[in-house]
Amino acid sequence: MKHDNSYTGQDFKVIGTRVRRPDGIDKVTGRARYGADASLPGQLVGRILRSPHAHARIKAIDISKAEALPGVKAVVTADDLPLPEGLPGDVAQMLENSMARGRALYDGHAVAAVAAIDAKTARKALQLIEVDYEPLPHVTDVDAAMQPDAPVIHDWLYTSGVDPKPEKPSNIAQRTEFGLGDIEAGFAKADVVIERSYKTEATHQGYIEPHACLANIRPDGSGELWVTTQGPFVYRNVCAQMLGMDIAKLKVTSSEIGGGFGGKTHVWAEPVALALSRKANRPVKLVMTRDEVFRASGPTSSTSMDIKLGATRDGTLVAARAEMRYGDGAFPGIWGMLSCMTCFACYEIANCKAIGYDVVQNRPKVAAYRAPSAPMAAFGVESAMDELAAAIGMDPVEFRLKNASREGGQSHYGPVWGPIGIRATLEAVRDHPHMKAPLGPNQGRGMACGFWFNIGGQTCSDLNVGVDGTVTLTVGTVDVGGSRASLGLIAAEELGIPYEQVQVNIADTGSLGHNDMTEGSRGTFSSGMAAIFAARNTIEVLRERAAKMWDIPVEDVTWEAGQAVAKGSAHGNLKPLSLKDIAAKSPKTGGPIAGHNEVVADGAGVSFASHICDIEVDPETGATKVIRYTVVQDAGKAIHPDYVEGQFQGGAAQGIGWALNEEYIYGDDGRLQNAGFLDYRMPVCSDLPFIDTMILEIPNPGHPYGVRGVGETSIVPPLAAIGNALSNAVGVRMHHVPMSPPRILKALREDGQADRGPAKVA
Amino acid sequence: MSGVLVTTTINGDAVQFACPEEETLLDALRDRVGLLGVKEGCGTGDCGACSITLDGRLVCSCLVLGAEAEGREITTVEGLSEGGQLHPLQESFISHAALQCGICTPGFLVAAKSLLDRNPDPSETEIRYALAGNLCRCTGYDKIVRAVQNAAKQIRERSAQSA
Repeated sequence: MKHDNSYTGQDFKVIGTRVRRPDGIDKVTGRARYGADASLPGQLVGRILRSPHAHARIKAIDISKAEALPGVKAVVTADDLPLPEGLPGDVAQMLENSMARGRALYDGHAVAAVAAIDAKTARKALQLIEVDYEPLPHVTDVDAAMQPDAPVIHDWLYTSGVDPKPEKPSNIAQRTEFGLGDIEAGFAKADVVIERSYKTEATHQGYIEPHACLANIRPDGSGELWVTTQGPFVYRNVCAQMLGMDIAKLKVTSSEIGGGFGGKTHVWAEPVALALSRKANRPVKLVMTRDEVFRASGPTSSTSMDIKLGATRDGTLVAARAEMRYGDGAFPGIWGMLSCMTCFACYEIANCKAIGYDVVQNRPKVAAYRAPSAPMAAFGVESAMDELAAAIGMDPVEFRLKNASREGGQSHYGPVWGPIGIRATLEAVRDHPHMKAPLGPNQGRGMACGFWFNIGGQTCSDLNVGVDGTVTLTVGTVDVGGSRASLGLIAAEELGIPYEQVQVNIADTGSLGHNDMTEGSRGTFSSGMAAIFAARNTIEVLRERAAKMWDIPVEDVTWEAGQAVAKGSAHGNLKPLSLKDIAAKSPKTGGPIAGHNEVVADGAGVSFASHICDIEVDPETGATKVIRYTVVQDAGKAIHPDYVEGQFQGGAAQGIGWALNEEYIYGDDGRLQNAGFLDYRMPVCSDLPFIDTMILEIPNPGHPYGVRGVGETSIVPPLAAIGNALSNAVGVRMHHVPMSPPRILKALREDGQADRGPAKVA
Repeated sequence: MSGVLVTTTINGDAVQFACPEEETLLDALRDRVGLLGVKEGCGTGDCGACSITLDGRLVCSCLVLGAEAEGREITTVEGLSEGGQLHPLQESFISHAALQCGICTPGFLVAAKSLLDRNPDPSETEIRYALAGNLCRCTGYDKIVRAVQNAAKQIRERSAQSA
């Protein structure tokens, strides 16, 4: 049955209430099972040997001594993961990222792996593997990687998106461009132009649960994989392709996931664990160490960018140009392209051009991290927006409001805006008491805006009614932050029953059709849509069964507030039948009652946020503390407000960490120097204040309940909000993230002048 | 393989396990005793996911050897609820949505209980510093601090009633 996904403006009974999550008890009692918490009889311990070199040719690998060690059951190298014929290029690169093929491309790149009877034996076996490396020139800095004399990492990589096509390979994978109008004419109209360069360092998603899986390949070629992932169906498809298996013969079960933030949308060690299991003919459990998580799994891009903005004296943004260079790590990605698409989305700028470069470097392959690529671009643009507002003597909020994107306007990356929340978030910020609160010495306030697309995608869900009238909703999107509670509310709302009557389960790949990942803030949006449609299909069945029980035409049965009602005067005496009544009779009225839905969830609603931040700087050390923080974001509709607030707060906290401390630090040798939580400093409880939230609800026309995604946008504004606050607190404008104590101290000592170009006043 | 036999008390029960000399208490609790609620986030004492109490003192079990548990008393997250009743902290973490992914939750609960055992009426700052050894990447700590404040209040009210 085809359903309409349009927003209807219906009144809600349970949507918007703060119910208890179904997985809560297991998670507070230690019973919840995560990636490292599963076992199988006879399982082995898998471990991976990683390159100590930033770039090296692997001349030979001698595994004979490791294989001979008692207790070692398998040793694998790239030879055990041959490239299957017809493997798509991006999947082949993912496989090469999982296990080096002839060359180690970054410090931490896997070169071999072992499976042994215990961890001690496995560790010992790794030491017995002899790898003959020939170190090669390396490059880790994104700007350096673009230079003509940079070591070329892949001889097959030719820049796409340029005309004419290059004759020589380079590290520039692609150039992308988005924009509107004529920027030269636009800048000619500007009274004031601000042109600045910015850099941001790579960060890691920092999920507390390391990558972990339990692989079990049987001698008949079928197998199963228990894994911490944001998308078991995608992992299944990718791993089956890599291993040359039939998709249906690999069952993937997602464990509870201990954080992902984009970093578990990508396979890393899973193909290696499967290869070890295949070779050993035993189950293999493989859990990364934290060091491996940092060195070998998904960091963000490190970036370098030039931003130029022009405005007239009345505060109209007339032109903007951004050139953004994003590091992709060892394999090409789309991160520079995403920066182009997000950078100017908050504003209506008649003449703008965003140019993005995706650049490979000798670093781990970049993976998505919460609104990937948007925070860095926003750092540049939103910092320059504040400088431009100051240069024309306008309040930064009013300046943004005057230029904010509006419904019906043309975005710079393609779509015409529907109803959007940027103006509403800015008005809420302008009117918020936080903006008027007094500040003390060395304190400053800043604000900034952020944008993220949100996505829909392939989704499938089942709703089954038990014979006692309780309901099981089965979805295929992994619950990363409380979505089971939201989806239970949605099923309850549609059926007109209490939330407590619904149980939500996450399916393994053997139990449901394909679902895309939980990514792009799609979990509650897409599975919510599929749950609504599955419930509506169930209601059709319930009406048919009630009609049968009453022996009246189905057209005369309606579904109201959780019960079947016979309409029309002819049936006036029939007492309504509840879901329980109908379920109890189901074995005799046609068997199990269920509703299903398979959908490509179109109509995802874009999301905007505006943040306010107060900071205090210690002028002696350069240490900066966030003392007050407010998030205002458009949720479309908050299904479960607690977990919407939680997304806002968590995103803001990650952005604060990125702004102030977190960074990948590479030595001249191309090796990562801070692969641990002690030296890669994420915010702890004592670093942060309460993070106040304000949920705005501007319905998304493309979802029956008006839902937009909420998971990502709030990581976008903090970098610039803090930079702007710093500038207001101590008068130095920071152009390099993280704004760590040494960088701030340096800027304070130089009084900011060395780091600041003059505003060009025409 | 040489090893040690360890006799200890875990969550009130007498327990024996054998482990290699160099094995951490974290690995022993997980792999030998089956207490999988104790989580490994880093193995270097930086994240607090493996927090337990050892003779009442809050420690990272990844920094203690299994052999050191001999004759000691251990409490893990599995030991917080009593007689089918969730501890007020556990109840409060659920009602205040103080967890998202939940991997850090066992460590936070053990650390928070350790705080409230010592200080039944902590200030916000005291809570924040007492929990600074536990990393959470999902919540921004806001709802965790509120949940601990709420649980502390409930525990104080209960003990006032029973006094």
